[in-house]
Amino acid sequence: MYLYDEIDQALVDERVVQFRDQVSRRMSGELSEDEFKPLRLMNGVYLQLHAYMLRVAIPYGTLSSEQMRKLAWIARKYDRGYGHFTTRQNLQYNWPKLEDLPDILAELASVQMHALQTSGNCIRNVTADQYAGVAADEVADPRVYAEIIRQWSTLHPEFSFLPRKFKIAVTGSQNDRAAVKVHDIGLIVKRNPAGELGFEVIVGGGLGRTPFVGPTIREFLPERHLLSYLEAVLRVYNMLGRRDNMYKARIKIQVHETGAAEFTRLVEAEWDQIRDSAVDLPAGEKERIASYFVPPRYEISADAADVLARHKREDAGFARWVDTNVFAHKAEGYAIANISLKPIGGVPGDATAEQMEAVAALADRFSFSEIRITHEQNLVLPHVRKDNLYALWQTLKSYDLDTPNLGRVSDMIACPGMDYCSLANARSIPVAQAISKRFADLDRQHDIGELKLKISGCINACGHHHAGHIGILGVDRKGEEYYQITLGGSGAEDASIGEIVGPALAYDAVVDAVETLVDKYLAIRTEGERFLDTYRRVGKDPFKEALYGAA
Amino acid sequence: MALLKDRQVVTDTWTHVADDAEVPSDAPAIVSIARWRDLRDALGGRNAPIGVRLAAGDGPDAVLDDLDRLDLIAIPFDYFKDGRGYSTVRLLRERYGFTGELRAVGNVLRDQIAFMERCGFDSLEYAGGTEASRALSAFDDVSVVYQTAADRRASAASLRNHPSKAFSNGTSG
Repeated sequence: MYLYDEIDQALVDERVVQFRDQVSRRMSGELSEDEFKPLRLMNGVYLQLHAYMLRVAIPYGTLSSEQMRKLAWIARKYDRGYGHFTTRQNLQYNWPKLEDLPDILAELASVQMHALQTSGNCIRNVTADQYAGVAADEVADPRVYAEIIRQWSTLHPEFSFLPRKFKIAVTGSQNDRAAVKVHDIGLIVKRNPAGELGFEVIVGGGLGRTPFVGPTIREFLPERHLLSYLEAVLRVYNMLGRRDNMYKARIKIQVHETGAAEFTRLVEAEWDQIRDSAVDLPAGEKERIASYFVPPRYEISADAADVLARHKREDAGFARWVDTNVFAHKAEGYAIANISLKPIGGVPGDATAEQMEAVAALADRFSFSEIRITHEQNLVLPHVRKDNLYALWQTLKSYDLDTPNLGRVSDMIACPGMDYCSLANARSIPVAQAISKRFADLDRQHDIGELKLKISGCINACGHHHAGHIGILGVDRKGEEYYQITLGGSGAEDASIGEIVGPALAYDAVVDAVETLVDKYLAIRTEGERFLDTYRRVGKDPFKEALYGAA
Repeated sequence: MALLKDRQVVTDTWTHVADDAEVPSDAPAIVSIARWRDLRDALGGRNAPIGVRLAAGDGPDAVLDDLDRLDLIAIPFDYFKDGRGYSTVRLLRERYGFTGELRAVGNVLRDQIAFMERCGFDSLEYAGGTEASRALSAFDDVSVVYQTAADRRASAASLRNHPSKAFSNGTSG
């Protein structure tokens, strides 16, 4: 993991002092809420329906056990004993008090964490593949580049007042687990025919009101030019992106209205001016940062795989968890263990302080003290010896963290919705809970196979419904909650935007509708087809007919 | 309004001249870009310093042909969220080599001034609610910079990799 040096530490410490002064000016009345707003937003503090909300950055979803313990401690001391892991690999506290926020930020700084740029019209906390550095299918570790981007984007003097927020995601694998095609900038690390490292650069993807799969504007950018190219994209956006209407201010609208070819030309022309300037990193810095991401010293255990196989034979429940939640690791004898934060009937992404501490302790025992957060709101222990998986699973069971549902219908993304959010039109969490309970039978979930269900409580699409195989969007109709169903979306390497299947449904009809869609799929699928594959083969009509009857 | 320059509150020797007012011939004057276009030849030849105030959203193109005739370019920040001026000033300073005074005008607030200095502004017409002399501390709120910009401060990356430029902000202990 990356560790701060005195320079990184000085920045977060100084920001705490600065924010403490701002909060005291607010508390004394010197600053009005209007004047305070842009200042608090720069530190991740929102005003929600019931209280302030603090969004803590977990850069590229990588966390140490010490940091996780601190998050648990803060949840207990300053909040109501839990936190919410988000689709941007961050953690939100829903109930902090304004006067406690400077102390919370100081606690975070003490473990090399912060809440910088988790809100506001700036470059937000950068996200990455949660399996970075350990996935067998990876070209190179995207965390190195994500950390480079984190530093470059922190308090960037030119790009802190953009037309709108700006999200960058990086993956080192062709199997896209970071949804890079639906980000403002998506980077895919790849090698050119000469074997050199670089990036495919995708710009202008996004969800929200106007969803787009982003176009590739450069097939291969040599890695040494990363920052100058990003700077060129950001400058073209900062100067020419729309500022007249906040709903048209994201870069995806600019790319769409300008046209990808012309937008690319503008970026390349700008880049030509700065490509060999001091914007890019000096020699040695990439290597310095990369040195923090060298793999841990894996132990060779000759019989780890045999031990795992025996445990699987002896315990069917364990075997199911392994088959569903455990992913291939690049090191012999090791595995990547996913910890679901989607227990049946639970709140997607929530974790209690006790659960956070349990995961921290397990990371210390089994995973070189390292934890990852996924954009699908789950946790990962990235380096578990195969013969330790059984002991890991047994402990997870006692904390209700053993649900074997990764990628299944109950592994939903859901935004906080009207239970917390001041923008929401409808509730998301109770819908997610009801669907989860309807599909509580895990045998049935496993028969259904991979099914990405995503729920947003308003058109801003924080629950990524456009990218769901089944998407659910809450809308307000004359004061009543209705839900629009979309089908066929994907946020992965085969990215697509879901299509609306028919008229919106009442709250009470949503769970039945999901079940109807799933039953239809089961009836017409062919061998090996996922829900998404079947949908893409047969199209919308059979599903529409199942839901609404024949036209 | 107070003028900030070199991290101090200073007396302003320039005057903003409204479009319907007479341009003083013997004192530094800032006119709108529209008026500059009308009177370019008359104003460009005068003896006293002349400055131009860009309109919101104007990029460097608006004055590229005039850089050697202008002593000051004022870039507007009409509302907090409008960040176009941060790009405009960097380009004028770094790419087009403007050597006159670059000034931020409009609604310039405490929490922007450190960014503005980094992007190449020489002077800031401060309009914040906090008293100007107290707002100056904003320049020192954060001692670390991660990027190269118009102020040419050494970035964290360059300090780390060129140890001869000692890291001396006093916070390393």
